[in-house]
Amino acid sequence: MLILQAIIDGILIGGFYALMAAGLTLVFGVMEIVNFAQGILVVLGAYLSYALYSHLHIDPFVGLLITLPAMFVVGVVIYWTMIKPIKRDRVIMSLLTMFAVGTVIEGILDLIFTSNLVQTTTSYVNSSVQIGSLIFPVIYLLSFAMAVVLLGALYWLLYRTRFGRNLRATTQNPTAARMVGIDVDRISAFTLGIGVSLAAAGGMVFGSTNSFDAASSYDLISRLLAIVILGGFGSLSGALVASILMLVIEDVVAVVWSPTWGQTTFYLVLILVLLLRPQGLFGRTAVRAQ
Amino acid sequence: MTTTEIASVGAAAPEHVPYRPPRAVRYGATAGLLVLLIAFPLAFPNPTVTSIGVFTMIYLIAAIGWNIFSGFSGYISIGHAAYYGIGQYTVALIAIHAHLAGGWGLFGLLPAAGLVCALASIPIGFLLLRVRKHTFIVLTIAVMFIFQLLAFNLTSLTNGSGGLTMPFPTWTGNFFNMPFYYVGLLCAVVAGAAAWWVRRSKYGLGLFAIRDDEERARGLGIKVTRTKLIAYAASAFFVGVAGGLYAPFVGSVYPQFGFDPTFDLAVAVLVFVGGIGTLSGPVLGALVLIPLQQYFYLQFGNANLYLIAYGVLFILILRLLPGGIVPGVTNAWRGRLVARARARQEKAEPEGTGLGGTGPEGTGPEGTGPEGTGPEDARPGAGQKDRA
Repeated sequence: MLILQAIIDGILIGGFYALMAAGLTLVFGVMEIVNFAQGILVVLGAYLSYALYSHLHIDPFVGLLITLPAMFVVGVVIYWTMIKPIKRDRVIMSLLTMFAVGTVIEGILDLIFTSNLVQTTTSYVNSSVQIGSLIFPVIYLLSFAMAVVLLGALYWLLYRTRFGRNLRATTQNPTAARMVGIDVDRISAFTLGIGVSLAAAGGMVFGSTNSFDAASSYDLISRLLAIVILGGFGSLSGALVASILMLVIEDVVAVVWSPTWGQTTFYLVLILVLLLRPQGLFGRTAVRAQ
Repeated sequence: MTTTEIASVGAAAPEHVPYRPPRAVRYGATAGLLVLLIAFPLAFPNPTVTSIGVFTMIYLIAAIGWNIFSGFSGYISIGHAAYYGIGQYTVALIAIHAHLAGGWGLFGLLPAAGLVCALASIPIGFLLLRVRKHTFIVLTIAVMFIFQLLAFNLTSLTNGSGGLTMPFPTWTGNFFNMPFYYVGLLCAVVAGAAAWWVRRSKYGLGLFAIRDDEERARGLGIKVTRTKLIAYAASAFFVGVAGGLYAPFVGSVYPQFGFDPTFDLAVAVLVFVGGIGTLSGPVLGALVLIPLQQYFYLQFGNANLYLIAYGVLFILILRLLPGGIVPGVTNAWRGRLVARARARQEKAEPEGTGLGGTGPEGTGPEGTGPEGTGPEDARPGAGQKDRA
């Protein structure tokens, strides 16, 4: 029963990890940028929700109406000021640039909020629903529902709108997309905006379920990158499957063995998969050396 | 005659071959720098200043070591703190379990720290070097975090977050930092010599070929896996030595300071600032940035300010001088020399054919402007290949 509970927890938590990972993989798919700042942007989203809740008493879920557009603007600004000017060696240069951007944001957040751990403690954060002997924390249920809604909206945007068609064309071949008249820069800026907003949505849940500070971003980004590599860089469905898979594995190991080892197995699974299948579970092309 | 004259300033070389100052200048500058570094703590024996010197030496060793792999092979690792941490724990664990007294004996453990790292790096490198580019970078970080988690969780060996305490050296007062500084300088010289050898050896040529085009290098008969792995192990060795020096100097070892993500950032930043893939780049970067960082830290006592400063500096360097200071400056200098040689040539033969003598490879100063900085920048088709 404990294992069943762990699997359910893994699926529910995997839901909001899928949001953050989707943002990462979408950005990579469109412009081959590993957004190394995604971890700190998640923390930024968490701090925004925390500040709105603790100062203005806005419920974090309602606060998304403010934080999501705000973070979208952050993403668009980062694209135009940081990514667009990069001319050569885009893959590595953009990764290093985002690493540096993340460091700057981390320093600023640490200055403003200090390194004391905080948590967005809403009234329902500790309540849960019990069915039989299984426990469903309300916050996880709500966040899972939110993740389903947002990911549904993302799929609708990608597969049912003109913007989505242009975006997918850019993913397939940016040069050809430019040739048929798609404004690749605009698509890229929007995509980074969406990716960063998804990070903020994930961050809201992260901040409600964990106590965090700016340094939490390292842990987050390494998990997210592991998920995205496992799913295959650029693959949206890969990211969704991998998030749930990884979190279930982590939770089950934590129950069966010990919580301290949960995260280590997380990385070991990643390395094992890459040994056998370097392109990840759903990756289209391998990025391998031999 | 004029052709050879221009060739002697390096203008006739293809643009992707970085300009190197004459041998006398290079050797003289190296010797002068060495003398300055040896004299430095004697001139400024203030312990605050010499402790900055020790930190500089630690990062200098690490940066030169990191550059041997990441700079020369083009595989950027942001996870070398794994070896920094392993080096620290190696020294601390041996010192504690062998009941070594603090003092000169601890420096004898530096090669052990390096060797343990080199040995650990071989299976890790074998695994990581199967992938390239961003996947490689990301996996190096993952490996670093695995070691950090191990250090936190293997409490029977590492004492977890409680950390380990090193035996305290017998030296005191103004002399305290001196042994660390000079041993660090010695290690840095050894690391520099290793980098220098790699740079001019046939082995190093294989490494550069891999950086430029791995498939073609393989086609030419270079054993790419072995070549990359040796460089990876060598860089792990020197980063481990840097860690082995840090542990007794600070006197304690903690998982978050051994396997430290900001160490990765710092090393990458200072090599990029100096000029990645060059011999003098890491030296310049470490000698300029680390004292600056330590000074900021002592002056403002706030870790966040230099985190921000580092990030901004890194962004600026990536934007303005993607190849780093050294290639940027030497290429500008080459442009000057070429312009001067060309002016002299035109004066010598007023009816002459201008630059015709240098053939198709004659690059004017405009060809070596701010754009042509790094060796890899001029690679034809470098941009398109990223998509492949």
